[in-house]
Amino acid sequence: MPAVSKGDGMRGLAVFISDIRNCKSKEAEIKRINKELANIRSKFKGDKALDGYSKKKYVCKLLFIFLLGHDIDFGHMEAVNLLSSNKYTEKQIGYLFISVLVNSNSDLISLINNAIKNDLSSRNPTFMNLALHCIANVGSREMAEAFAAEVPRILVAGDTMDSVKQSAALCLLRLNRTSPDLVLMGEWTTRVVHLLNDQHLGVVTAATSLITTLAQKSPEDFKTSVSLAVARLSRIVSSASTDLQDYTYYFVAAPWLSVKLLRLLQCYPPPEDGAIRGRLTECLETILNKAQEPPKSKKVQHSNAKNAVLFEAISLIIHHDSEPTLLVRACNQLGQFLQHRETNLRYLALESMCTLASSEFSHEAVKTHIETVINALKSERDVSVRQRAVDLLYAMCDRSNAKQIVAEMLSYLETADYSIREEIVLKVAILAEKYAVDYTWYVDTILNLIRFAGDYVSDEVWYRVIQIVINRDEVQGYAAKTVFEALQAPACHENLVKVGGYILGEFGNLIAGDSRSSPLIQFDLLHSKFHLCSVPTRALLLSAYIKFINLFPEVKGTIQEVLRSDSQLRNADVELQQRAVEYLRLSCIASTDILATVLEEMPPFPERESSILAKLKRKKGPGNLHPDLDENRKERSVNGGTVATSPTPSTDLLGLGSTIATQNSAPPASKGASLLVDVFSENISAFPVETPVAVGPVADENFSRDILYTGGLLVGIQSWESIPYIKPKNTDMRYLPLAPFPSRFVCKNNGVLYENQLLQIGLKSEFRQNLGRMYVFFGNKTSTQFMNFAASVVCQDTLQAHILYYKLLYPTVDGGAQLQQILNIECVSDFVDAPVLNIQFRYGGTLQNIAVKLPITLNKFFQPTEMTSQDFFQRWKQLGAPQQEVQNIFKAKHSMDTEVTKAKIMGFGAALLDGVDPNPSNFVGAGVIHTKTTQVGCLLRLEPNIQAQMYRLTLRTSRDTVSQRLCDLLSEQF
Amino acid sequence: KWYMQFDDDEKQKLIEEVHAVVTVRDAKHTNFVEFRNFKIIYRRYAGLYFCICVDVTDNNLAYLEGIHNFVEVLNEYFHNVCELDLVFNFYKVYTVVDEMFLAGEIRETSQTKVLKQLLMLQSLE
Repeated sequence: MPAVSKGDGMRGLAVFISDIRNCKSKEAEIKRINKELANIRSKFKGDKALDGYSKKKYVCKLLFIFLLGHDIDFGHMEAVNLLSSNKYTEKQIGYLFISVLVNSNSDLISLINNAIKNDLSSRNPTFMNLALHCIANVGSREMAEAFAAEVPRILVAGDTMDSVKQSAALCLLRLNRTSPDLVLMGEWTTRVVHLLNDQHLGVVTAATSLITTLAQKSPEDFKTSVSLAVARLSRIVSSASTDLQDYTYYFVAAPWLSVKLLRLLQCYPPPEDGAIRGRLTECLETILNKAQEPPKSKKVQHSNAKNAVLFEAISLIIHHDSEPTLLVRACNQLGQFLQHRETNLRYLALESMCTLASSEFSHEAVKTHIETVINALKSERDVSVRQRAVDLLYAMCDRSNAKQIVAEMLSYLETADYSIREEIVLKVAILAEKYAVDYTWYVDTILNLIRFAGDYVSDEVWYRVIQIVINRDEVQGYAAKTVFEALQAPACHENLVKVGGYILGEFGNLIAGDSRSSPLIQFDLLHSKFHLCSVPTRALLLSAYIKFINLFPEVKGTIQEVLRSDSQLRNADVELQQRAVEYLRLSCIASTDILATVLEEMPPFPERESSILAKLKRKKGPGNLHPDLDENRKERSVNGGTVATSPTPSTDLLGLGSTIATQNSAPPASKGASLLVDVFSENISAFPVETPVAVGPVADENFSRDILYTGGLLVGIQSWESIPYIKPKNTDMRYLPLAPFPSRFVCKNNGVLYENQLLQIGLKSEFRQNLGRMYVFFGNKTSTQFMNFAASVVCQDTLQAHILYYKLLYPTVDGGAQLQQILNIECVSDFVDAPVLNIQFRYGGTLQNIAVKLPITLNKFFQPTEMTSQDFFQRWKQLGAPQQEVQNIFKAKHSMDTEVTKAKIMGFGAALLDGVDPNPSNFVGAGVIHTKTTQVGCLLRLEPNIQAQMYRLTLRTSRDTVSQRLCDLLSEQF
Repeated sequence: KWYMQFDDDEKQKLIEEVHAVVTVRDAKHTNFVEFRNFKIIYRRYAGLYFCICVDVTDNNLAYLEGIHNFVEVLNEYFHNVCELDLVFNFYKVYTVVDEMFLAGEIRETSQTKVLKQLLMLQSLE
């Protein structure tokens, strides 16, 4: 093998690097660099033309200076010149300079692209590789525009060298990532997929990455890759370790390729074909078996490579989530790793087991490792390993082990790293609530949380404990007693004072019978903390005091005394002063009855999703939140349902007169009582979540077709329907079932197309003849940025509507922001399948893929035609051939209201012809479907039978496919 | 080496952050660190750290061995590689990287094939 001597080839460069290394100080280095820069500049500017070698040397020096962290503002032209050299070494330095110092200098881009083009067509594999590597490294839009068509050609050409194929595959992958709209695989798809069969494993390695990326975006197009990937994997897994020669790494056959193939398979559900599925299961079993075999080498490289494949196989098993035996085997294998001496393996086993815990097949198996995991929490030295242990405990928690897990997490909290305390607090609070059998345990747990980690207990946590205490009669007395005891500690956390103040203010009477906690003692205890607290807490305490006046008339005098004191009535803080003044007056002028009404006990809170859960989701991003098994498997939640809203408790704790806040909260309470209710008021969400669906007698303007749209706001759209959020799997690459559009879009042109917890997609569209324009709005519903947001439209093969679109690509989308995409649509000829809108973005580290069908249906290209009765029946007869007529008799799905039906037929696009049908209860319509190639006249007749609640719909058009399609579409509407 | 777009300031910041999180870890720790929305897989060879930043769902061990595979190639190519070789031949190191990792993916894993290719390039003028 060649031993490369220091800086061989370029002595000047070696000398320069030595000089720099010998510099004793930063100043000396800068001086030396400046000297060199001056030298190079003069050489470049000099009269004498430089030879290739000198150019290469100087460009290389500039590159070195840049890599040291200095700015370089010249030399680009010389680097570009090097690209056209015939000598490899010169060309290489030129390309390297371009790749490292990417510069969107427009006049150079065309020169660079030109040089790349020459090299791509040079048929010299070395030069082609340099050019491809440069495109792959830079990946700019300009390069994508110039080469997106050329690279696939090189990739699949029969005479391309293997190493060039490898580069072309990954180059294409890069272009697909940066400018997916420009990389159209279309005709190449099949040949690219077949690269999985290539003789050269390096080509397969590169191609698998490409196919995986493409398959994530359009799974349907690449689904043939599944059988090829399984076949390839099977050959690798069953090969003797020497079979693959070059690709065997420490006795493991092609570990990286195996991993990639297993990841590709994770883009798809388990294969439907029994034979392929069987073969895959065999592979996975073999991989699991190999883990049990004695190692072929003691080297860590051997076990790492082997386990890399094993972990990826386990990921696939979890992804499929369909083979109980494999899942349990995977779990047992990971169980062994939990006690392995390699920290890496323990870490990965904890991480992987976390996802296994959410499968119903393996949840029980995971639970058996609880002791080991708890032990890890106590003994691991690396905080990230302990973090994984916490995650796993959270994921494996259910009713049977909740007490143990919560206790362990609580005790860990006392020593936990500061960075993860808040998260642990949230997790403990959630588990305690979710699995509380008796609420005394829950209250104890939360108070312990405040005691051990008060600073990390966020507002949501203490809001929640109060919500629960208020909603549960049986725990109120206990809660009052417990907070009373807890408050007796000499130093207690302010959060405890908040909870204590609130609970005693509501339920202090329940413990007042005990002379040790008489009203006066309760009040003195609370008031002893008053001066140590912040303004919000003091305000809350003042509210507790006024509640005391109602609960315990005997302490009224004492409390009035306190309120009357200068420190309250003249408090510098406006909020406190106002409360003191108002409460004092209230206590003086109101009768006992009025006081009792105004200061009545708080009404129960409406049950809703725990605000803590929402907080944890925000913190972790939904992808990282382990979907709790119990949520799917058992009753929804012990403490009430989870609603799809995410309430944000108002941070405005004190909104004394805040009527808006009170309107939002709980059942109607008297005005005075609402002083306290507002603690829990929700912020008005930026996106209305539960606007009712507009059904019923509709004279909706949206049904008329030629409306001109004003105002671009998504929020203004009336009818609303949410599609159930598809719970993300833990794996990054996942397939989502295609969400169909709501059928009301057939007769309407705008509305909310899709909505989940993160994203809302709204539409507005207009159609004329065979053309249409659709505005698509994307709203980020979260408060967090989306990264790398990309949206594109794909027409399936069967679709002949031609969509002219451009790809939307944003590096970030801020929380609450809205984006807009415009689609121009052209209907070439009649079609059935709607185009698919693919959205991809990263939210909190997880790649989100959403695919929805766009409501572009054939009837959108309908133009109404008015005609007389005579004309209508004449044409009706002309279209009498059997294949031209399609009829459907069906049951009414909605109430049979004449006006609604009329509106729907017009919304569908046909002209509604009055007085044409002799039977006035029938509806007839006429219109023309416009496509680019042809126009199709359409007649329709709808005959309702109110008694039978049935309809008969007849479509006659000059084209059988159109009749069928329109009939299908319209039948769905009634 | 960057496989995503960043401006120069951001690159510098990233380098410093990666340096800060990786160098404080001791040998008993895992070879993986969470980093922003990604994770870093690293391996230490004497005073040199080799780090790869990948997606959180990527296969940790595969990249960990990817690093070692790369280091073994460097070792072969530079004949007992040391830090100085990498500094003086930085432009060749880029070539080795591109042979083995391209567009942020693993391109070639066979040491024999990579070295053969490098030897061929070495012989070119």
